[in-house]
Amino acid sequence: MSTADVVSPVTAPGEHHAHSGDGHDHGHGHQPHLAHHFESYEQQFDAGKLGIWLFLVTEVLFFSGLFCAYVVYRVLYPELFAFGHLFLNKELGAINTVVLLVSSLTMALAVRAAQLGQRQVLISMLVVTIACAFVFMGIKYVEYTTKFREGLFPARYFAPTPEALLHAAHMIHDAQSHGSAGHSAGAHDDHAADTSHGHDAKAGDHAHEEVNKNGLTAAEQAMVDSVKVPPNAGLFFSIYYCLTGLHGIHIIAGIAAISWILVRSIKGHFTPLYFGPVEYVGLYWHLVDLIWIYLFPLLYLIH
Amino acid sequence: MSATITPPAVSIPPGDEMHAVHHQPGWIRRYIFSTDHKVIGIQFLFTTLLMLMVGGALALGVRWQLAWPWERMPILGDMLFRTDGGQITPEAYTMLFTMHATVMIFLVVIPILAGAFGNFLIPLQIGAEDMAFPTLNMLSYWFMWPAIGCFMLSFAYDGGPAAGWTIYPVLAVLPQAAPGSGFAQTLWLFGLTFVGFSSMFGSINYMTTIINMRAPGMTLFRMPMTIWGMFITAILQAFALPVLTAAGFMMLADRMLGTTFFIPGGLVVNNAPATVGGGQPLMWQHLFWFYSHPAVYIMLLPAMGMVSDMLACMSRKPLFGYKPMIFSMATIAGLGFIVWGHHMFTSGMNPIVGMTFMVSTILIALPSAIKTFNWIGTMWGGKLQFNTVLLNCAAFVSMFITGGLSGIFMAAVPVDVYIHDTYFIVAHFHYILFGSTLFGIFAAIHFWFPKMFGRMMSDRVGQIHFFITFAAFNCTFFPMHLLGIGGMPRRYADPYHFPYLEHLLPLNQFMTYAAIVMGFAQFILLFNFGWSIFFGKKCGRNPWNSNGLEWQAPSPPPHGNFDVQPVVYHGPYEYSSPVSGENDYLPQTEYMPRRPDQSQGH
Repeated sequence: MSTADVVSPVTAPGEHHAHSGDGHDHGHGHQPHLAHHFESYEQQFDAGKLGIWLFLVTEVLFFSGLFCAYVVYRVLYPELFAFGHLFLNKELGAINTVVLLVSSLTMALAVRAAQLGQRQVLISMLVVTIACAFVFMGIKYVEYTTKFREGLFPARYFAPTPEALLHAAHMIHDAQSHGSAGHSAGAHDDHAADTSHGHDAKAGDHAHEEVNKNGLTAAEQAMVDSVKVPPNAGLFFSIYYCLTGLHGIHIIAGIAAISWILVRSIKGHFTPLYFGPVEYVGLYWHLVDLIWIYLFPLLYLIH
Repeated sequence: MSATITPPAVSIPPGDEMHAVHHQPGWIRRYIFSTDHKVIGIQFLFTTLLMLMVGGALALGVRWQLAWPWERMPILGDMLFRTDGGQITPEAYTMLFTMHATVMIFLVVIPILAGAFGNFLIPLQIGAEDMAFPTLNMLSYWFMWPAIGCFMLSFAYDGGPAAGWTIYPVLAVLPQAAPGSGFAQTLWLFGLTFVGFSSMFGSINYMTTIINMRAPGMTLFRMPMTIWGMFITAILQAFALPVLTAAGFMMLADRMLGTTFFIPGGLVVNNAPATVGGGQPLMWQHLFWFYSHPAVYIMLLPAMGMVSDMLACMSRKPLFGYKPMIFSMATIAGLGFIVWGHHMFTSGMNPIVGMTFMVSTILIALPSAIKTFNWIGTMWGGKLQFNTVLLNCAAFVSMFITGGLSGIFMAAVPVDVYIHDTYFIVAHFHYILFGSTLFGIFAAIHFWFPKMFGRMMSDRVGQIHFFITFAAFNCTFFPMHLLGIGGMPRRYADPYHFPYLEHLLPLNQFMTYAAIVMGFAQFILLFNFGWSIFFGKKCGRNPWNSNGLEWQAPSPPPHGNFDVQPVVYHGPYEYSSPVSGENDYLPQTEYMPRRPDQSQGH
């Protein structure tokens, strides 16, 4: 190793100084994972962290371009959003939010484990994070395929099936009864009885009812007909697919990045001296999580 | 952290093992997939010079059509439009000006400034061994090639993209709008996305490098103006470009996934079925110019920085007003974010919004005037070195004044309404992009060539190239002001179809002759460049007697750049300083003794 005046003594960043003794001495007079153009681990870590923050800024601006489109169209066509969000599954969205929040926690714990040099904890936390990401994508897959089956495509191909419209009719009915009667449970029971929602339970009563070509009873067809599909309703789904789709691509990129970190941690690359990549990927993962925290209310929870 | 270190009195040589630990990589890793910033910079330089010739050839096609409409074009026409008998069809004309702008902006000016000179100069001028992220740096070069591939492939489909480089909807989103709005336009968008990735990688790398990798003693206000220009450009690029990428994704979705972000409803184009939609074409213009106006400064600020350095050196005088230069540059960049609407005065805009954009645009004249004043102040009374570098720098300043003044016309709503989309605007931005930036680049090529290749370019040949280019440039572009005021619109394949423009034909023919001369003059530059790489006069480390850190490294610098870790004691503009003794320059690595009458140093 060269003189301490030029190549700074090996120092772990910040408060982990105390643990620098834990770093394995690889010998050979060369510091492992310290690129030749950096003077010290500290400089390398600072550079990487600044780089990843700048990258996150570009990511925020990238999504803000898309949010800009959201704002423009929501201001121009508020009725499209009020209508379109009826088709989104709030429960699945909420579960996904929880899943991502948990994955953010485990990612943060993984970073902490890397800083403390706890290799086993690091590996298990990364595995849990990847698992959460897969759960998220699985639920997203269920949501997307349901939408495709119901004909809820982006603008030019938007053609909701009668089932989808019936579902929307129920939602509108629910919302109206909420507003007027104020006792949700009762209202729900009423309309269930009206529209033969509880089909199986009352099979005997409705056995004589004709089913039309859409597979709906006359009452159901009436409800479907009562739904006014606003013009250009598919615009909402353009925004939905673009925002959630690009977010999903970021999740997949995150899975790839965390897997890379996982492989490296299994190989034992990370020490309290050198844990930068874990922290950078962690920061990226938190941003992906944060974007979903905005997407969920903006798309699913609006009125 | 390095910037705050008080440097020791003597630079300490590093231990030998510092360089011994990394062995020389193989030929491919050294010259093709290299992570060395100098190799990447030179790769960018070769690529962009090649693209400069491609873009120039496309421009000559445009000029040919305007001078001799519908006549067989020799050489280029026979090559490109064989099926049409060498004649430029209206569709081909549209493709020509679209691709000319695309190539020049995305494949020449932006990458030659940030990619070639930014890569080569940033680590050398701040005293670093390499960029902070060498692999990312390599990727930023290699992402250029898919972009070039997409752009070039788009020529092959129905005569290439036809919507201009601004790709306004609905022309760009509806395949039925024009023959060139088909798959070629989709390829073009992919090309744009790849260029965007390349720029993003570069800008993150530059910012991190400049903040984190400076040599001991290289404080922010001891950095050369080149570095300031690159730094501010990188900020602009990182913060504006993602918005264009997002808009590009939306347009790709419109074209491929059936969304209608930019497609209005009920539009019948070329007898196709009416469009389904509800999209807002105007939103594209906002998102596009939110990037593309800052992009104008991305294409100018690095050249401003480099010219500041070169002018000080060639005038043997300190740069006049170093800090005002930095702050005016930052002001230009900041204002650049809030002026995008001035491209849209005639697109349909609330007059109050137009007024706001007009005021913010005209405000940019202030920092621009500060810079111009300071450049002239730098030259004033200096010991001017009358060489190619100085000539090109002087051309940069004078053309910037000319192009800046015509910009004020466009900034004012009442004037712009009349001259919008005429040749006046074409004159304006060619004075800025060619007159300023490209002359700045010519100067930079001659100035830093010795550092890149260890040999000098011929000054005599350089001057011949300069004088021919400068004269032909003004003969080509100055008459465009007159065409614009005469009412000749941009982008018309045959303006003489309209009787009131018929009398402009002779002027257009004169301009085309000048343009051809200008085009062929660039072969002089290429010849000088290529010849000097092998047969130029060998030079030492510091042929210009310049102060910057890059001149302390060997020419060309080896892997790792400096044989001694440089330590910086003062700014880069100590020319003809009374304390510098026999020499009229004082390198940044040399300790500057204080004069007895000075209580404080600089």
